[in-house]
Amino acid sequence: MYPTEIDYHRASSIAEAIELLSQNDDAKLLAGGHSLIPAMKLRLAQPGLLIDISHLEELKSIFVSGDKISIGALATHAQIAASADVQSYAPALASAAGIVGDQQVRNWGTIGGNLAHADPASDPPTVVLAYDGVIHIQGQSGSRSVNAQDFFVDLFATALEPGEIITRIELSNSSSAKSAYVKLSHPASRYAVVGVCAVLEMNGSTCTSARVAVGGATMKAVRSPGAESVLTGSSLDDSALNAAAAAVKSDIEEFLIGDMSYPEDYRQAMAGVYLKRAVHAALGS
Amino acid sequence: MQVKITVNGTLHERDVTPRTLLVHFLREDLALTGTKIGCDTSQCGSCTVHLDGKALKSCTMLAVQADGSDVQTIESLAQDGPLHPMQESFWEKHGLQCGYCTPGMIMASIALLENNPHPSDEEIRHGLEGNLCRCTGYQNIVAAVKNASEKMGG
Repeated sequence: MYPTEIDYHRASSIAEAIELLSQNDDAKLLAGGHSLIPAMKLRLAQPGLLIDISHLEELKSIFVSGDKISIGALATHAQIAASADVQSYAPALASAAGIVGDQQVRNWGTIGGNLAHADPASDPPTVVLAYDGVIHIQGQSGSRSVNAQDFFVDLFATALEPGEIITRIELSNSSSAKSAYVKLSHPASRYAVVGVCAVLEMNGSTCTSARVAVGGATMKAVRSPGAESVLTGSSLDDSALNAAAAAVKSDIEEFLIGDMSYPEDYRQAMAGVYLKRAVHAALGS
Repeated sequence: MQVKITVNGTLHERDVTPRTLLVHFLREDLALTGTKIGCDTSQCGSCTVHLDGKALKSCTMLAVQADGSDVQTIESLAQDGPLHPMQESFWEKHGLQCGYCTPGMIMASIALLENNPHPSDEEIRHGLEGNLCRCTGYQNIVAAVKNASEKMGG
């Protein structure tokens, strides 16, 4: 199964990639290619030019700077899962990266490509959103930053403008927070039917701040302000968790997606169940 | 487009169209048909090779992306010599029936042991999630990888 005819160019700098991207309306950036190439083989994407950015070393590093952890757009899922910095500052992202696809896919798929693709059933968008991540973007008119909350716009749609490239993803240092990502995997594809990530700041047994994001069940990764406000200030007991589960189900109502195997109401119900599991997993309880 | 790709230790310079997938380059340009095409949708893993030391589904990369890289296929393992311990283990533990998934399964299993020389049964199953076998039920594949890990000093 061949993709359609394409031209290919290996970019030697971010500036060159942006230049080519801006000059060619039908160009696509190619990093790991593990979303794009399958889409091209199915004719869901038919770019005329592929700009291969996978050799841009400056986009591969992961480092901690002050109270932020910065992940290059070309960091692979395998690299993120194995990174001691990610494991300590954003453990739910490390564990989510370790369950994306399979060994082979994790070796080549990149976080930047994953976020740009914005597949609702993928794991990293939900986790980056729960960590209140910031997406750094470069284009012909310079650089800008977009909060994850504003980045995911719709099904497979993001705030990226034509000619723009994701350079880095920055997460606040949450080393004091308890966090976890749990998902109900599709039994064949392992994609998330429902995925929930909870990031909780604790003072003793009281939750002082909570961020909750849901994916899989929804057309895009979404936060649940209702669940967050129920959990904040609570001791995360059963009644708080039941109220938070009800709130998450109500918050995602307008974003629900479904299919023959997993209809909307089932995914909605499971989002409540998986929110509770995410909190328990974060607390290790 | 001209590409230079080292495959199993030999440098190959070829002219390929950019849409050529790496698996087609290996099978059709180089006649290395040990690497199989199964699902062709990045799921089954029968096309698994190593690219610069990392396991890859070669149906999910263009040959031009591999320009300048080093590829190892199933043919690199024995090359007229004794079988690789992983190949021996698949034989001894009967880790195959029809054999179609086996080249990919063996390449993925070798990569798995490189990252984790002492895997538990559960880690083997997680590590081989990207490789489908429709005959064995996986039991003997897990036993083969376990056996290979012992042979290889794990």
